[in-house]
Amino acid sequence: MSAHSIYKPQSSLMQWLERRLPIASLVYSSFIVYPTPRNLNYWWTFGGILTFMLGAQVVTGIVLAMHYTPHVDFAFNSVESIMRDVNYGWLLRYLHANGASFFFVAVYAHIVRGMYYGSYKDPREVLWILGVILFLLMVVTGFMGYVLPWGQMSFWAATVITNLFSAIPWVGDPIVSWLWGGYAVGNPTLNRFYSLHYLLPFVIAGVVVLHIWALHMVGQNNPTGVEAKAEKDTVAFTPYATIKDAFFIGVFCLFLAWFVFYIPNYLGHSDNYIPANPGQTPTHIVPEWYYLPFYAILRAIPSKLLGVIALLASIVLLAFLPWLDTSRVRSAKYRPLYRQFLIVFFLVVIGLGYLGSRPPEGGYVIAARILTAYYFVFLLIILPLLGLFETTKPLPNSISESVLAPPQPSAAKV
Amino acid sequence: MNVHRSIVLAVALAVSLSVLGMRVALAQEAEAPPRLSWSFHGPFGTYDQAQLQRGFKVYREVCSTCHSIKLLAFRNLADPGGPDFTEAQAATVAASFQVTDGPNDKGEMFQRPGKLADYFPPPFPNDQAARAALGGGLPPDMSVLAKARSHEAGFPRFIFDAFTQYQEAGPDYIHAILTGYEEQPPAGFALSPGTQYDKYFPGHAIAMPKPLSDGQVEYTDGTPATVDQYAKDISAFLMWAAEPKLDERKRLGFQVFVYLIVLTGLLYFTKRRVWHDVHHPAVS
Repeated sequence: MSAHSIYKPQSSLMQWLERRLPIASLVYSSFIVYPTPRNLNYWWTFGGILTFMLGAQVVTGIVLAMHYTPHVDFAFNSVESIMRDVNYGWLLRYLHANGASFFFVAVYAHIVRGMYYGSYKDPREVLWILGVILFLLMVVTGFMGYVLPWGQMSFWAATVITNLFSAIPWVGDPIVSWLWGGYAVGNPTLNRFYSLHYLLPFVIAGVVVLHIWALHMVGQNNPTGVEAKAEKDTVAFTPYATIKDAFFIGVFCLFLAWFVFYIPNYLGHSDNYIPANPGQTPTHIVPEWYYLPFYAILRAIPSKLLGVIALLASIVLLAFLPWLDTSRVRSAKYRPLYRQFLIVFFLVVIGLGYLGSRPPEGGYVIAARILTAYYFVFLLIILPLLGLFETTKPLPNSISESVLAPPQPSAAKV
Repeated sequence: MNVHRSIVLAVALAVSLSVLGMRVALAQEAEAPPRLSWSFHGPFGTYDQAQLQRGFKVYREVCSTCHSIKLLAFRNLADPGGPDFTEAQAATVAASFQVTDGPNDKGEMFQRPGKLADYFPPPFPNDQAARAALGGGLPPDMSVLAKARSHEAGFPRFIFDAFTQYQEAGPDYIHAILTGYEEQPPAGFALSPGTQYDKYFPGHAIAMPKPLSDGQVEYTDGTPATVDQYAKDISAFLMWAAEPKLDERKRLGFQVFVYLIVLTGLLYFTKRRVWHDVHHPAVS
């Protein structure tokens, strides 16, 4: 394993290039010999899956943009013409729409892994914050993309979400008009959403570069949370991580294909096949499934302004995890109490997702309030206190020790 | 053990919440449309051409009086995976419609027989004309109606639906509406004037008069001429109109699955081979 070997160009052409632009050695050191912990499990493949999905969304999106018309009178029918008249247009659109959902599946898995194994802790704070920024950018991009087909849910989701800004005291209403480009959601709104929906993925790509750069500065975390110390703790990125990522991208694509080819409208809402009608409000306005937990938090709070603040806080607080979590032990594997509270936290988020899809009435509201309370209590109270009081399990001395010499059952009591 | 206990607690909480929710939901929603068995269901489902042809006949003789189907062109009738009309048959259908064209050299719009490239002309020139003629109600366009209607399966059924590939909520709903008319509303239900009682329609008061009755459309292939059969055929036709590439999609889907399973399998064994020495280091 030549984990730290340096790229030496063989051909004269590559030597010539190396002296002018050392791109080959950058690729060599970052994606070939880059040392990656030998004990990574499949939760670590979601970074690669996300990169793959970003590429897939950009490619399908660019082709869709060639056929789409961003105008309130033509948008709906232009999407339908993609479905009917464009060669494989139905495939492109279903790939793109379900691809967005699976992009979120992957990012949620990626976040779950980061929280479970404490990947945000020193020295990976900047890496983690860049990740939260990426998630926020994805949320905004996905929302704008959902507006483009200009169906009933597109229109009313745009109305509800932009109206959130009206909760800001004094300047709320002018801000909303500024976002709309008028006095209601209309053609200017659709046009700017289209423009931004095309722009933001490239911003995401830029932040992804920073994210990977930061990752390569500090190295990957691993299931033990113990830093790689010696060469035997790591394997080279290629072929080890590359082939593992490729395999799991294949598995992921199988799931995606199930939705794209067999149940392409399962994750969507049937109301979005009704052309946008500003004069008729749908019975229940629901966002796409991946926003439902946050939507539930928004509606759980009786005051509009506080609801918006809670919604924003539920995401922004994640950026402060490195400081909210006071424990020095990274991995939940060695933190029995944290592990338990964290699993409940994940179940609470799933529960909030279900409640977000229900009408805000009766028992649903009460349940949403209880779960919202846990969401914030976990982040703001349980996490900081746990680090101070929790008794953690003994850590292995190194990655290779944890892999090569699994502790005997009798040793576990130590 | 603690983890297990908390998971059990969370699941119990979720179940009680959903029971609470179902009680709320039951009070408001209309009856769930029965789930029928459709030829286009499942991974190898395809449209039944004869059924689409019958459904088209129902559309043409009944629905098209009030409902437009603007996104459908005459040429689509001869598309592969559709009702399987020949191009000549589709052209004959087209020619039986008058479409507005123009302006001509004199600057005037004029009527001419339809061509393959034309779209089905709407029964009313605009929404206002439709409302004026139909007592205020606006019949929805039928182009994507079968995807624009559904009935929420609810928890936990919606999870199973992902595995059984249930995507036919639209045609099930349309069939239910067409067969759900009742002469007399249940006692105590006040029906507003100009509406009919339909047990599957949300709110039950539907503005559309009962459109189908037994024997109304003549079937020449021996299929029973009943409201239930008409409703099935028109629902299948509307599903095709909304999702004309379904046959192609499922066919390609199977090919993609075979390809992906082989590729992923090869990647898996390659991965095992590559990692072998890491997992089983030679004893030195």
